[in-house]
Amino acid sequence: MATKILTEHINVPGIETFDVYRKQGGYTAVEKALKTMTPEAIVEEVKKAGVRGRGGAGFPMGMKWSFLAKPEGVPRYLVCNADESEPGTFKDHYLMKNIPHLLIEGMIVSSFALGANKSFIYVRGELMYVIRILEKAIAEAKAKGFLGKNILGTGYDLELVVQPGGGAYICGEETALLESLEGKRGNPRNKPPFPAVKGLYQCPTVVNNVESIATASWIVNNGGDAYAAIGIGRSTGTKLISASGHINKPGVYEIELGVPVEDFIYADEWCGGIRTGHKFKALVAGGSSVPILPANLALTLANGDKRLMSYESLSEGGFATGTMLGSGGFIVFDETSCIVRNTWNFSRFYHHESCGQCSPCREGTGWMEKVLHRIEYGHGHQQDIDLLVDVAKKIEGNTICPLGDAAAWPVASAIRHFRDEFQWHIDNPAEATQPGAVYRGEMALV
Amino acid sequence: MEDVKPQLLKVTIDGIEVEVEPGTTILQAARKIGPEVAPPAMCYYQPLKGSGGKCRACLVRVAAGSAKDPRPMPKLVASCLTAVQDGMIVENTTNPQVLDARNGIVEFLLLNHPLDCPVCDQAGECDLQNFAFDHGKVTTRYEEDRRTFEKHDIGPYIQLHMTRCILCYRCVYTADQITEKRVHGVLGRGDASEIGTYIEKAIDNDFSGNVIDVCPVGALTDKTYRFKNRVWFTKPVDAHRDCPTCSGNVTIWYRGEEVIRVTARKNEWNEVTEFICNTCRFEKKKTSDWTIEGPTKVSRSSVISANKYRADTIKPSFGQRLAAAEYKPIHDERDTSQLTIQQLPPERFAKLPSAMEPEP
Repeated sequence: MATKILTEHINVPGIETFDVYRKQGGYTAVEKALKTMTPEAIVEEVKKAGVRGRGGAGFPMGMKWSFLAKPEGVPRYLVCNADESEPGTFKDHYLMKNIPHLLIEGMIVSSFALGANKSFIYVRGELMYVIRILEKAIAEAKAKGFLGKNILGTGYDLELVVQPGGGAYICGEETALLESLEGKRGNPRNKPPFPAVKGLYQCPTVVNNVESIATASWIVNNGGDAYAAIGIGRSTGTKLISASGHINKPGVYEIELGVPVEDFIYADEWCGGIRTGHKFKALVAGGSSVPILPANLALTLANGDKRLMSYESLSEGGFATGTMLGSGGFIVFDETSCIVRNTWNFSRFYHHESCGQCSPCREGTGWMEKVLHRIEYGHGHQQDIDLLVDVAKKIEGNTICPLGDAAAWPVASAIRHFRDEFQWHIDNPAEATQPGAVYRGEMALV
Repeated sequence: MEDVKPQLLKVTIDGIEVEVEPGTTILQAARKIGPEVAPPAMCYYQPLKGSGGKCRACLVRVAAGSAKDPRPMPKLVASCLTAVQDGMIVENTTNPQVLDARNGIVEFLLLNHPLDCPVCDQAGECDLQNFAFDHGKVTTRYEEDRRTFEKHDIGPYIQLHMTRCILCYRCVYTADQITEKRVHGVLGRGDASEIGTYIEKAIDNDFSGNVIDVCPVGALTDKTYRFKNRVWFTKPVDAHRDCPTCSGNVTIWYRGEEVIRVTARKNEWNEVTEFICNTCRFEKKKTSDWTIEGPTKVSRSSVISANKYRADTIKPSFGQRLAAAEYKPIHDERDTSQLTIQQLPPERFAKLPSAMEPEP
């Protein structure tokens, strides 16, 4: 049985209430951290655990914490990024809805470690019911003395605020989130300075994902070494994967990092295989912004070894033959999926969500979407494929924030691996624009 | 007590070394060397706090981060925001990747910017025109519909032609930083973003006219000057007056004897030296309102200097040198013996200056 860190008690009836959560061993990390540990010792344990940020970028969490500037007389903040809105990613939502106290416990422990007396949970505005669940849980924790002034008589104060966002994807980018939290238009900031030096209200701030923060209490209870023993290589611990698409059992699964991709797709414990009667065509492994892979490369590395669900294995070979674990938005496509239509759909999303601040992203995302729309609807030209590759190249790496890259990678990778399909749309517009029409040419289906 | 001078940092830009104070950005260091190596800037504007980093026109490659850590930076960086380190090596006009990225930026900026230079009041003073000339291509690959907007009167003196706007945010920063109330900003998102006041004719404060000066393109225009002249036909003169609101130091632009425009004075980077009030800008249009100081110094490569200097004294800009390098002379093998001046009718000789008379 695989180790469960975040979802072990998620199916216990009433786990969303303080009393049930406490009976299952909840809030012991708060007691241990506040009464027996120093903030530095907690940071050290998180560093030992080697946990990488679960929001998408995969930056080591302990290292991020240790970068936090500590000037005298200036408050420090912890901000929980719960603005999950990447197409295909829905794991934070699942966690907050079902077991809100896990996040709150993690917030208390993390805030104590970082020396923050006021922390924020920035939740996507559409999830109003989740916001109500969180607020209720915060009120319960406060009533039991785990939040507010002088927590458990240790002299540590913490105020926890739930802030609904306006519903813009860009506000999931940490600096845009801070701008939004300050009440401004959610435009990403230029970096440096990084939030660890000048973040919320120009004060040192750590921004972490829900899943990352929820992990902190387990690390405090069990130690960094125990966490690091789970997983594989530098991909330590467990990861929530939100699996969707043409699989038999879509849902959120907690896996130990290092599970083979093939097992994750086909095992009954997880996705339960490709829907009956169909074949595996392509995979988006980490949310819509990461490069798409054809089935053969999704399951195996270029050298023939099995590809694993880990940061390193998924990115093996760079973008030529690899992708990213990202936020864990695992989308499976079978042979009935039109890659051109899917790419256009992703592109449409990034065009809509570009903040419009910097010129390559503002103009480039729209341009790509329009060209893809033309190809999908039978008005593509031969030069359009290379045009898309070139436009993606000119956006990638030249923008203020990673949204430019997120818009460029799906397009560039789809053309890299499924060029024939784009070509078929251009060569056979009458056939390609029929409802449900899909390229049936030579493909490595599994 | 002796002043402690900060230790200067050495930075090399396109092979030229310069010493600058700590905290200087790559763009400022390059400007210290001169226009030959200064990256273009569409959104950065030194007097405006927080400007820069948006247009990405000033991207450069840092080939060595510093003397201590000589590793190159993995991506191109915005030179207007990146502070120099001691021993940093920067490639600007010498790096093909940088020139390619800028070529892309020109293409992106021109996707929705109309090429109406022949009727645009900014022609000749347009940063985008210069940027496109230096780094762009003559054709576009864009064939989709372009966005268009109605023209807006955003105050008694200013017209907003949003179709030309490149969303540099300079006018927003100006309104935020030099006036008391925030009256306009950016509405919408992505390529649907637009500069707007939400309520029409809302900009009425004393310094609102400065948004015209900071606009790098012809999106914000002076209603008292629109369509009155082309800038290269005008004569700029520095002048001042006792103004209770601003410094009163301006440039007035003459067409013949008539003052057709008043603007703030600008430096060689096309940035205003002092913001001026609306009274000076829009209402003082007589020579008698001003104390004339003398002709404005204008770069000889500027179109404002057109026909005012001998061609051989003009130092070509980077773009002109690029164009000259790509110029291919036509090999003319025609027999020119039949085209000599001796074959002109004798009555034409009398009109020529003596030095040009044909040899007998």
